[in-house]
Amino acid sequence: MSEDKSCCSTNDISCTDSSCCTVDNCCTDDSCYSDNSCCSTNSCCCSDTITIYDTKDNWVIDEIHTSKGIVPVVSTNLHFKDILGAWKVRWGIGRMNYKINPGLYAIGNPDHTSPVLVSANYKLTFDSLRKELSGLDCWIMILDTKGINVWCAAGKGTFGTDEIVNRISQTGLSEIVSHRKLILPQLGAPGVSAHEITKQTGFSIVYGPVRAKDIKKFFDLGYKASEEMRTVKFTIRDRLVLTPVELVSAAKSSLMVFGILFLLNLFVARPFGLKDLIAYTGAVVTGTVITPMLLPLIPGRAFAWKGWLLGLLWTLSFIWCSGWFTSGLFLLAIGYLFVLPAVSAYLAMNFTGSSTYTSFSGVIKEMKIDVPLIVISTVVGVVLLLVNSFLA
Amino acid sequence: MKHRYLRNVATLVLSDEKCIGCRRCAEVCPHGVFSVNEKKARIEDKDSCMECGACSKNCPVNAITVDSGVGCASAVIMGWLTGSEPSCDCSSGDGCC
Repeated sequence: MSEDKSCCSTNDISCTDSSCCTVDNCCTDDSCYSDNSCCSTNSCCCSDTITIYDTKDNWVIDEIHTSKGIVPVVSTNLHFKDILGAWKVRWGIGRMNYKINPGLYAIGNPDHTSPVLVSANYKLTFDSLRKELSGLDCWIMILDTKGINVWCAAGKGTFGTDEIVNRISQTGLSEIVSHRKLILPQLGAPGVSAHEITKQTGFSIVYGPVRAKDIKKFFDLGYKASEEMRTVKFTIRDRLVLTPVELVSAAKSSLMVFGILFLLNLFVARPFGLKDLIAYTGAVVTGTVITPMLLPLIPGRAFAWKGWLLGLLWTLSFIWCSGWFTSGLFLLAIGYLFVLPAVSAYLAMNFTGSSTYTSFSGVIKEMKIDVPLIVISTVVGVVLLLVNSFLA
Repeated sequence: MKHRYLRNVATLVLSDEKCIGCRRCAEVCPHGVFSVNEKKARIEDKDSCMECGACSKNCPVNAITVDSGVGCASAVIMGWLTGSEPSCDCSSGDGCC
């Protein structure tokens, strides 16, 4: 590490300054150099690694020795383990702890003129970046975003000006590259003041494309992104890939509902059964999967409205199929007409947090209307269902 | 198909006086809200603004203001219930943005 003073004697200048490495004031610590020799004139602590990595990680394929320390070289191919890891986090398994160490990484065989890309330390982000860089020679400076993707981290400010400024000094980037240009993902912009970074470090900021897959095209165009490369989309694929996490989190909350129903079943005249389970599950899937999938096709703009509409369609079809109206189970049917669309509406409303185009002011405006209606509808419906179950 | 969200809610404001036409806002906006002509930026499509804050944060002359906020709906509800600012603390717990 550039700021590690262990190889300099205790009371002299910091190792970030290469002048500290003269023979007589450095390297009292044997661990500093593998061959126990002292520092050469222009490198200090040079056996240290700039970026700590696990040698078991199969995506690290080599090392580069720079004047500031060792930089791991990473593969541009994804292995089975990376793909499995991506699949797991998409289902919410270990999603909050899927990260790599911040620092500097290398792709290919970069030198002091090679471009520097900046990214987040969420492994899914890192993987989707490196797989697009085959055949290139470049540096990747990974920020500590606490394992969160670029856009969300930028929203919170962890992908931000201060972190970039600190990371430049911690990696000793100014001495590894001779140019003064950083390429940031465009979606990092909400956390970053480009002019502020330039003022503090001398590095100018170029915002790259939104999607990693456009990086080669961006280089070909001479560090320019076309309007298309600058625009965020939200295709059906983009939306579907987000739905498993929504479904899993709704399923977790649903366990509580099932627990309560199980307890109620011990007392009621009409116990809740398979049909009720299907009706409820359908409403959950409608809110978490079907609504996001069909999002732009559903009339209206508010997410809760879209979810409610599809939830209503689902509930009506289910009631019609199960013949509750014709068999006189009016209370049950009406109870579900109050509860289930409200459940779908709530879950769809939550998808605003995953969408790429909803404004916070819009979400708040929507919620001020949605939340009271959802609560009232749910309460009325639950009362009707309970009355039906106890009096059946 | 272009996604559209609620109309007339975005809090985006651009000061024509302060703008120096550097194009940074148009560069960082993920929804093409701005156009820049004759050394001045213009808000072309305010209803597409998602209030991410990229433009105002990167404007070197502070010509743009926008209330940007993050947080999923359940975080907002928690904020209402506990009387605190909505925070989507993705680093703890799960199922959040």
